[in-house]
Amino acid sequence: MSECCGGGAPVPDTQAACCGGEASAKPSVPCCGADSVPYGYGVESHVIGTVDTFAGPVKRIATELTGADILGALRVRLGISRDDYRVRPGLYAVGGPDDTSPVLVTGNYKLTFDTLRRELTGRDLWLLIVDSKGVNVWCSAGKGVFSTEEVVRSIRDVRLEQVVSHTRIVLPQLAATGVAAHEVRAATGFSPIWGPVRASDLPEFLDAGMRARPRMRRVEFGILERAKLVGVEASVLWSPRVLAAIASLVVAAFVAPRFLPVSGKPFLAAMVAGVSAVVAGAVLVPLLLPWLPGRTFSLKGAVTGAVLVGGSLVALADGPLPLSSWGLLVAGVALASFVAMNFTGSTTFTSPSGVEWEMRRAMPLQACGLALGALVFIASFFVG
Amino acid sequence: MSGLRYIEEVVSLELDVERCNGCTQCTLVCPHGVFAMSEGRATVVDRGACMECGACAKNCAVGAITLRPGVGCAAAILNGWIRGTEPSCDC
Repeated sequence: MSECCGGGAPVPDTQAACCGGEASAKPSVPCCGADSVPYGYGVESHVIGTVDTFAGPVKRIATELTGADILGALRVRLGISRDDYRVRPGLYAVGGPDDTSPVLVTGNYKLTFDTLRRELTGRDLWLLIVDSKGVNVWCSAGKGVFSTEEVVRSIRDVRLEQVVSHTRIVLPQLAATGVAAHEVRAATGFSPIWGPVRASDLPEFLDAGMRARPRMRRVEFGILERAKLVGVEASVLWSPRVLAAIASLVVAAFVAPRFLPVSGKPFLAAMVAGVSAVVAGAVLVPLLLPWLPGRTFSLKGAVTGAVLVGGSLVALADGPLPLSSWGLLVAGVALASFVAMNFTGSTTFTSPSGVEWEMRRAMPLQACGLALGALVFIASFFVG
Repeated sequence: MSGLRYIEEVVSLELDVERCNGCTQCTLVCPHGVFAMSEGRATVVDRGACMECGACAKNCAVGAITLRPGVGCAAAILNGWIRGTEPSCDC
């Protein structure tokens, strides 16, 4: 979402993989609607008791996070177990709610759940957790998992009309790409009110009689959020294969120059150019986004790539740039441009129409740059 | 406000003001302040900020809003081109 969507990290969802079009045993049942493999939710350390209702006992949850919650969040952020962090869907009680207490609805990604309940300290209300397959609200709504049908089903499953005597539920605003408020109202009688984008604005929203100020309705994309996303992207480095490749590159970079004849230097330069191009596109462009020239990510990437790849090659050359390095510079700029363009999937403001417009123009240039750069690099061995 | 804006000219958002019933849902669900109410009906006040998330169209009970919703993600669009399908972000 955008962060492949925005707001929270994109969360790969193993069981949603069945949406890819694999043959389902029961074609009439959308395979995403029901887990084909039951998910094991493990120990629910956040449950601290029960509250009795006409619909039966409801689990009461703590609003304070424990060490296990914080450790789990850290593991997810580092990408160690990102696709496995869910809360059991259903109704929960915060504090001592009664039939007049507000009902908040959200997804079952545990980071969402933890962020939310911490903001609700000292309040009495109901929390309805729908099955978003462990994906954050915006991404799961965009994918149609956090959907009208899912909200309607959850309301019926917990028999919400027997728990509360009012007909208002608060939905997160970012669920609106998947949930149609008027359809929820028509199907259940419960009227959705759109809550704020950020959980941290919930206390103010609730205290103001469920009114959100315009600021609370805006999605932002500040430097902290962008830095977090760079971290998420970097978590692909955890795979053993990638780590091994990096280790061998580093060893080669330090050891090889001692043994290589002068003609081996271009290969070291090629490695340096490749790494700086990726760093420029995947790290510097996200961080420096508002200050880089142009609207398109391909241009921002090309400019950053030219500076970083060019700088590294000059530092390495120790004198005027050889012909091979000019080739690497051109290819590096093209690579940085392409890598930067891929960050569009993580932002909170790029439209698909815009991304497609940009790709149609930038990709031929990027391909030409790569080809030309490679050609010059190879030719340099015969010319030089 | 981070002030970040993208390519504004190609946004596919269309609002049929004649159909609008003034329910204000679009002004509530839009994450980029694209809509505002004017004389009891919605108007587009910042079309260029639209990211085509589709929340407004989904929540317009009278179908006054049309757009091509999706995720603005280069990898997804590339996947779509390669497989000849709709853009799909398997991430």
